[in-house]
This record gives sequence, structure tokens and C-alpha cells, in this order.
Amino acid sequence: MSDADTLLYLDGVTVTFDGFRALNALSLVLNEGEMRAVIGPNGAGKTTMMDVITGKTRPDTGKVVFSTGTDLTKLDEPAIASLGIGRKFQKPTVFEPHTVWDNLLLALAGDRSPRFSMFARETAEEKRRIESILETTRLTDQRYRRSADLSHGQKQWLEIGMLLAQEPQLLLVDEPVAGMTDAETEQTAELLREINKTRSVVVVEHDMAFVRALGVKVTVLHEGSVLSEGSIDFVSDDPKVIEVYLGR
Amino acid sequence: MHRLIALLLLMTLMLPASHAKADDAYEEIAASAQSISAANFDSVRRGIEELAVSDDPRAAVVIGALNDSLLFANEDHTLVIQQPDGTYVDARTGSPLPDLTDDDVKSVRVNNAVRSAIDAALGSLQLFAADAPKRLQAASAVFTSHDPAALPALDKALAKETNADVKRRMEQAKAAALLYSPDAGQSDKLAAVATLKARGDQDARSVLSTLAGETGPVAEAAGAAVVSIDRVLQIWSLAQSVYYGVSLGSVLLLAAAGLAITFGVMGVINMAHGEMVMIGAYTTFVVQQLMHTYLPSLYDISLLIAIPMAFLVSGGIGVAVERSLIRWLYGRPLETLLATWGLSLVLQQVVRSLFGANNRDVDTPGWMSGAFQLGGLNLTWNRMYIIVFAFLVVAALMAALRYTPLGLRMRAVTQNRRMAAAMGIRTPWIDALTFGLGSGVAGIAGVALSQIDNVSPNLGQGYIIDSFMVVVFGGVGNLWGTTLGALTLGIVNKFLEPIAGAVLGKIVVLVLLILFVQRNPRGMFPLKGRAVET
Amino acid sequence: MKLDRTSFLTITGVLGLALVLAVLNQVTAVGSALHVPTYVLALTGKYLCFAMLALAVDLVWGFAGILSLGHAAFFALGGYAMGMYLMRQIGTRGVYGNPNLPDFMVFLGWKELPWYWYGFEWFGFAMLMAILVPAVLAGVFGWLAFRSRVTGVYLSIITQALTYALLLAFFRNDMGFGGNNGMTDFKDILGFNVQADSTRSALLVVSALLLCGQFLLARFVVDSRFGKILIAVRDTESRTRFLGYRPESYKLVVWVLSAVMAGIGGALYVPQVGIINPSEFAPGNSIEAVIWVAVGGRGTLVGAILGAILVNFGKTWFTGALPEVWLYALGAMFIFVTLFLPRGVMGLFRARTAKEPEPEPPTVAAAHEVTG
Repeated sequence: MSDADTLLYLDGVTVTFDGFRALNALSLVLNEGEMRAVIGPNGAGKTTMMDVITGKTRPDTGKVVFSTGTDLTKLDEPAIASLGIGRKFQKPTVFEPHTVWDNLLLALAGDRSPRFSMFARETAEEKRRIESILETTRLTDQRYRRSADLSHGQKQWLEIGMLLAQEPQLLLVDEPVAGMTDAETEQTAELLREINKTRSVVVVEHDMAFVRALGVKVTVLHEGSVLSEGSIDFVSDDPKVIEVYLGR
Repeated sequence: MHRLIALLLLMTLMLPASHAKADDAYEEIAASAQSISAANFDSVRRGIEELAVSDDPRAAVVIGALNDSLLFANEDHTLVIQQPDGTYVDARTGSPLPDLTDDDVKSVRVNNAVRSAIDAALGSLQLFAADAPKRLQAASAVFTSHDPAALPALDKALAKETNADVKRRMEQAKAAALLYSPDAGQSDKLAAVATLKARGDQDARSVLSTLAGETGPVAEAAGAAVVSIDRVLQIWSLAQSVYYGVSLGSVLLLAAAGLAITFGVMGVINMAHGEMVMIGAYTTFVVQQLMHTYLPSLYDISLLIAIPMAFLVSGGIGVAVERSLIRWLYGRPLETLLATWGLSLVLQQVVRSLFGANNRDVDTPGWMSGAFQLGGLNLTWNRMYIIVFAFLVVAALMAALRYTPLGLRMRAVTQNRRMAAAMGIRTPWIDALTFGLGSGVAGIAGVALSQIDNVSPNLGQGYIIDSFMVVVFGGVGNLWGTTLGALTLGIVNKFLEPIAGAVLGKIVVLVLLILFVQRNPRGMFPLKGRAVET
Repeated sequence: MKLDRTSFLTITGVLGLALVLAVLNQVTAVGSALHVPTYVLALTGKYLCFAMLALAVDLVWGFAGILSLGHAAFFALGGYAMGMYLMRQIGTRGVYGNPNLPDFMVFLGWKELPWYWYGFEWFGFAMLMAILVPAVLAGVFGWLAFRSRVTGVYLSIITQALTYALLLAFFRNDMGFGGNNGMTDFKDILGFNVQADSTRSALLVVSALLLCGQFLLARFVVDSRFGKILIAVRDTESRTRFLGYRPESYKLVVWVLSAVMAGIGGALYVPQVGIINPSEFAPGNSIEAVIWVAVGGRGTLVGAILGAILVNFGKTWFTGALPEVWLYALGAMFIFVTLFLPRGVMGLFRARTAKEPEPEPPTVAAAHEVTG
């Protein structure tokens, strides 16, 4: 792979909590436009990896390079978010007192300074973008509802919609289909594939059927480092993976 | 009585030289009474000095009488002492002289020089007192006056002295007197400087420093000794500051230990914590009153009885508060804060209605009052007990959390409530008991604080902010952190006090703490790990 | 900016009350049935100043989730700025008749005015300081606290330590602010006698105007996109960060704004009560201000004003009629409101709207389970 195609590059990232190694010299390369599924048993370091990429946790050692050479380990969350990395949490996290519309409005890419927001007025362009995202996430009918009143699946989608509104280059999605019905799961896979047409995506997921439905390269984490990497069929047959994850 | 007199007579016979000296002394004093002149005052002074070092058993009585202006002399130079009833006795023998009237006698006059001679003489006479503490006191007095006139007496006393402590003190007194004696030789003086340097306290320093202006080897040695004493004194004063700091720290620790449970372990912001302390102090007061009325024989140990009582009262209130108020507010720390603040107002007002707004007196038992000296440290017993008590309380608390079944359950509930519940632990009761334990410890703190603070309804308010700062500073949920936090704050406070003054020192500590918490929001000993990240 | 019905009612209510009281006091004769005695003016003015403090507390607590237990400090600092101006106006009419030094400085044997008293003889300068000093203190404190992500109860505790430190500092005579006794015996404000009925009336109306101004400003801030982000920060701070917002900047802006509002309230408070002393810094005062907001309804601006007036009216009545019961009532109010009335009095009137906070914000719910 050439450097020009690399969007995200983790090199020897180690994170320890009180002697417990959550990430152990983890290295990972993600190409521009790629969708990657990350699986692994509990405690394998999936969420910690997301934390490191988004700046929530600083690694003890190692580098995280984004796009044209920015070292993410030097930046904090807002700076990384502004660079174009969006994150969806495991538990749907939306601004519950606000309407669906306001949630998307706040997520729209644009000036994030207090001064701007104090005097900002909704522009026609903003309205158009929100309408289009509502369409994509099938929330058009819910636009004026308080997001606290949405169903679990709708909240998940709203959060994905907020990510889209951010217009990131890279989306990190943590267990998007946890607690969803089969139909919702299917629609979510479709939505992610749709998103992947224009952006890179990393999906952390437990649901093997969902990962299979995505049909992308899979990285298996175990004890903080990469155990196996390849197509879903390849990793499913990998004896190491069967030993630690699937088989036991 | 007769045998004693016989003994005295025997002694008098065996010491004819000094006896003769004593005779001269009587004569000199008696003669001076006849006329007032400088020479006469001189001879009185001389007489006193001689009398002081003679072994005359009546020396103390005679000089004492002179001191009280009751010493007279008649025409034939017999010294007499006026008795309280106005009659006279022979000064030398003590035998009554019924025929003597006021017209027959003239008083022995004194001037300032004589007066100081009297003082010195009385002092050195004490050097021969029968009990050691009196002799020690006398030696100290001589040391302070460092009058060369006392030297002969000192020499004599030293020769007889058997008690090592008294002897050392006498040698120091002698050294001090020697330095001021114009007749003493240089080598003696140098030895004296060395003795004082070895003593090394503020008094020795002040004796030595008066020589600093002079020249010569003695002055130089004295100067060097002053420097070395200063160094020693500085170390002692440092140690004293540390002690005061530890003492303040132990008070903070007591106040914060309960909070380390309710806030640190349970995460409950109990603004009424200070009132639990206050209730503990009032419990002490009530226990003392009851003991005074019903069990006066055990009054001395009423504090010891108050400890479990305060634990039960405050702890009981704590359990009641948890069941009725706190449990509705878990997971809402800010609401808990407001509700418990309201509770604190109510508790204060209840106590004010019951006991009045004024301070209540809690007695300090005899075994807790007083002070003692340890090297250059001045330690009071009550502070000492509170330090020891604070550490005992924390140790007991740690042991309770670690080794008792209740402690195990408490830790289980705080670490994973749902899991603990699934294992059959009754989490609501554990919550109530944990809160009760924290409140009970606050009550125990109240017993200790009743000894050093005013027992008033506002007692608790004075500690609440400090306690929270200690817990936050030390790192929430960590008793070791709380202990170290309390001691650090106490010591820093006491070291700032001489520099900045008490109030400003406290302000500085508060500002430093605010800055510290802003840099390290999780305290000195933060809990690490995934759990904290949420 | 469109005004909703409640806001409109609030403004007309506050202004109307002040105007009616002031006019009745001025035009009717003493003893007439319609006459409003001057002490009522002062009392109402005091309530309105407290309402400004409540508004300030509500702005940070209700909308940004910062429970300040030290807001009375900003209020008191504004008050001291006004107090210093009023002290300088006394001039030679003081007990010692010193044209430059306030009485307490003469009493302490001071020869010269300390440098930090320079300029306070000018009203404009003093008022600038009533705004700037709270703003700077809040700015420095907030910058340090929010940047290092001190939140929740930790923040509350250090705000309380802040006001406690100020309390101790202002008690000191060497600070040059009158020590224990503070400042009192004021004579003139802008050349008018502070005690005069007409001045009192004017002060009341000015207080009402400023309160309405602050209310409109707060309304504007809360309704703006800034306000929406603030609520997002309150409930889900980390989410806003991953969206690229810097919560610390948003909190700092609203925190400083709130401190200024409190400072203005304090500045108007002093001429109407006629005294300022260190007890205004007492931690209890700040916590009381929080209960006004809780009683009125946290997160509703109208509620803050209503709560401040209701509770303080209650306090005046109780301390007059049943003084020993007041603390019971206040304590019980804290407990009752937090347990049974989490949305305050306003919650009784209103249906749930988007502006109101969740009674159980998800961010703090987790805190209980992790410590250990």
C-alpha cells in the first residue's frame, strides 16, 4: 500500500491502566475509502482503540497518524473531531432535550466558536443539508420530536446522522446494531455501505451476521493487539481466532 | 525533735570553721543595724553571702526574715526576729526573748544590692533543699540569674549532689555564673562555654549572646556556641512546627475520615457531615453531664464512654438519614448536596433549640491536661491524645473495611452494585450501614473535637469545607490518601502560619488547594483504570 | 428575538411592580391608605437584586450544569465596588472628617489611600470595576477549572472554597476593605442622598430595569445556538467534544457572563441595604441562592426570578414573625424541593418543554457506580 492511500495509521500503540495493558503495541493501517470491521472478545481493546484515535485516551507509547501526517496523539478530542474524525458511541448518545432537527443542526460542520454560535442564524444551506440527512437516516417524520422520545433504533440512526452532518473523512462506529431488530440491523448495514461510498468507516461489532453482511476486511483484536486480519471467511477459519474468540 | 536538735548541734561542732564564719555573719549584719552607711550595706551583703554558704541550719529563716523586713538587732548586736504576734526570738537560736520590746531593737535595713544578695542567697539555700525537684528549681533559678555570688554555694551543693539531673543543671548554672564572674580564669570560662553549648536551648543562648560583643577567645567561643545553638534551636522549632502540623492534620483527619466513607466510598455529598461531628460533640457533653450526676466515680473516663455513644448516636442518625433522604437521591450528587445542606440547617436548629445557642463546656479529664517536654519540644497531652486517637480511628476504619464481612460487602456494593445484588447482598441495607458508619466516625471525631473546640451548634460548619478539601486532595475513595492529605494540609498550614499569619496562611492553603484540584481533579492518589473513564 | 408569553409577563410584572411602588411612594402623602413606606421600596429593591443573583446562578446551573456554591462571591465583589464608591462620596462628613480616607482607615492609623482605592471616587470607574472584578476572577477561576475538566461536585466544592477564602480575606483589616465591619453609613450616590425617598424610588426602578435587561440577555443567550450547545454540554459533555466543540470555552463564556450579572446585582444591592460586609461571602449565602433557583425551577429563567422573590419574601416574613422557625423552614425547603419538586414551582405550572433539564442527567448517574 502506498502512503497516499493511507488514511489512518496506528503504530505500536500501547495503553496501560494500572499495569493492565489495554492496548499492546497495536498497529493498524486503514486506507482511504475503506470500511473495516473490528471484532474481538470483551477486553480486547476495541473501545480503547477508539478512545486513542479520538483523543480521549493518550497512549503511553506509539503513534497515530491521520491523513497527511498529523499525529493525533498530540491533539485533544475537539481538534481531532475538527480534522474529520467522527465517533458513534456504543450506547446511543444524542442531546436528549433537543429536537432531532436541533441535534443535526449542532452537528453540522461549521464554526465551533462560542462567538459564532451566539449570533448564528439558520441558513438556507444548513436547512437543505439537514433535510437531506433526515432523508438518509429516515427521520424526516421525526424532525420536531424531542430526541429523548425516539426509539432506541431511531436514536442510533440519529447519532449516525449527526456523524454525517459532521462531514468527517473517517467514521468510527461502536456496536451500531446492539439492541436493534433484524430489520433495523439490515437497514443499518445498508446505511453504512451507503456512507462508505464517500467516507472511510471503522465498525466495532460483536454481531457476526452483521459483520458478514457488511462484507469487508476484518481485524480481530485480542489482548490489545491484532490477532488476525483478512476477509470474514479467512479470520473465521484462523485457528488462533477460533481458539480465543469463536470456538471456546 | 530533740534528736534532731542534737544532730544539728553535732554538725555545728564538726564544722567549726563554717560555724565561725556564721558567727561573723551574724555580727556583721547586727552591727549594720546601728547606723546607715554604704559600708554597712556592704557588710550586710557580705553577711548574707557568708550565711548562705555556712551550714547554719537557721540561715534560711534569718535571710527569709530579712527578706520580709522582720529582722532586727538590739543594742548588744544580737539579731532577733519579730514573730507574727509581735514578740521576738533570738535569730541564731530561735529561743524566745519575752523581755524585748519594739523600743529595744532597730531594723536591719536593705538597699537594692542587699535585696539581690537576699534573692541569690535564698536561691542558693534552696540548692541544699531535701527534695530533688526543689534543688532542680533552685539550680534553674541560679542559671537564670547567673550571679557569680552564687558560685561558692553552687560548688558546695555540687560536691554533695547525687541526683544526676540536678547535678547537670547545677553545672550549667555554675557555667553561666562563671562566665559573669570577673575572677574566673580563661580556661574555666572556655569550659563553661562548652557546658552551655551542650545545653543548647534558648536560655543558654541568651546567656552566651551577652558575651558576643566582647573580644578574646572566650567571646569567640561564645559566638561559635551561639551559632551552633541557633542551628539546634532551628531544628527544634522545625520539629515543633511539624508537630503542630501533625496535630492540625490529625484534627482534619478525624473530621474527614467519616467523609472519606460517605463521599469517598459511596459518592454521597453529605453537607450535613459537619453536623454529625457536632452531634458527636454534644453527645460527649450529655454523657459527661449524666456521669457527673449518676456515676461521679467514673467521671474521669466519661470521654471513653462518650466514644461509643457518639458513634451510636451519630451513626443512628446517619442510618435514619440514609433511609429517609439520601436513598432517593443516588446518582444525583448535586441534589444530594442541596438536600443535605438543608438537613444541616435543620440539625443545627434542633441542637440550638435543645441546648441553646451558647457554647457548652466539655471538661478535659486530668489525664488529658497538662504538657510535657520532649527535648526542645513542648507537647500538650490533649493534642498528643488526639493525634494518637485519629490514627487509631483510621486504622480501625481500614481494618473494618478490609477484614469484616460488612466491609467486604461494602466494597462489593461500591465496586459493582448490580453484581453484589445478584450475589444476594442486600444493597439497600449495605448503603444504610455504610452511611451510618461514615456518620458514626464523624460522631467519634466530635468527641475528640469537643476537647479542643467550642461545642456550639456551629461546630460542624467550621470543618465541612476543610474536610471536603482533604478528601478531594487525598484522592476520593482512598483512606491512605485522606490520611496523607490531612497531614500534608495540616503541616503546610502550620509552616505558612509564621510566614503569612494564621488567616492569610489559611487563605493561601485554600488557594493552593483550588489550584491543585484544578490541575489534578482526582487528587493526589487518583483511582486509575477503565472504570474511572465513564 | 421573539418574546414568549411568560417572558412578557415577567418583564411587565417586574417593571410594573417597581413603577407602581415607586410612584405610590412619591405622589401619595405619608399616612394615606395608598402610601407605600420607603422600607418596602428598599425591601423590594433587595429582592430584585437577589433575583439578579438567582438569574446568574440559573444560567450556569440550569443551562450549563455548573452548580456554583460560590456565586455570592461575585455578588459581594460587585457590592464592594459600589461600597468603595459610596465610601469615597462621604468625604469630610465621616466621623473623623478626613477628606481622603474612609473612617475605618483613619481608625487603623493609615496615612494614605491604598492604590487599589484610586479611581473609586468616580461612579463610572466604580461600576466598571463592579463588572470587571467579578469577570476577571470568574475568568481566571473558570479557565483553570474548565480546562482541566473539573466538573460536578468537585467544581461545586472548589467554588465554595473560593468564596470561603474570600470571606476570610475580607475579614482581615489589612485588606483595606473595612474588615469585619465592612462599609456603611453611606451618604450620597451621584449627588443624591442615599436615604431620600426619591433616591430609593429611583434605585428600585433602576434595579427593575437592570433585572429585565439581564433577563432579556439571558433569554437571548439561552435561545441562541450557543444556548443549545450549552444544554448539550450540560447533559452530554463528552459528545459535544467529539462533535468538535470545546465545552470549556462555552462554559467559560457563560460563567463569566453569569459572574458579571451577579456583580451588577451586588452593586445595586449595597445602596439599597446601606451596608456591605464580609458575611456576604459566607458559603451559606451562595447555597441559599441555589435554593431560590431550585424553588423557582432550575433551567427556567422566570423560575429563578420567581424563586428569589418568593423565598426572600418568606424569609422576611418568617424572621419577623417566627424567627426561630426560619432555619427549619429553609432546611425543609431544601429537602422538600429536591425530593418532591425537582422542577420547582415553574414545574407545577408548565408542561415539560425542551428547555428543562432531565431530572436525572445521564452523565452523573454513572458517577455513583464507578467510585470504589
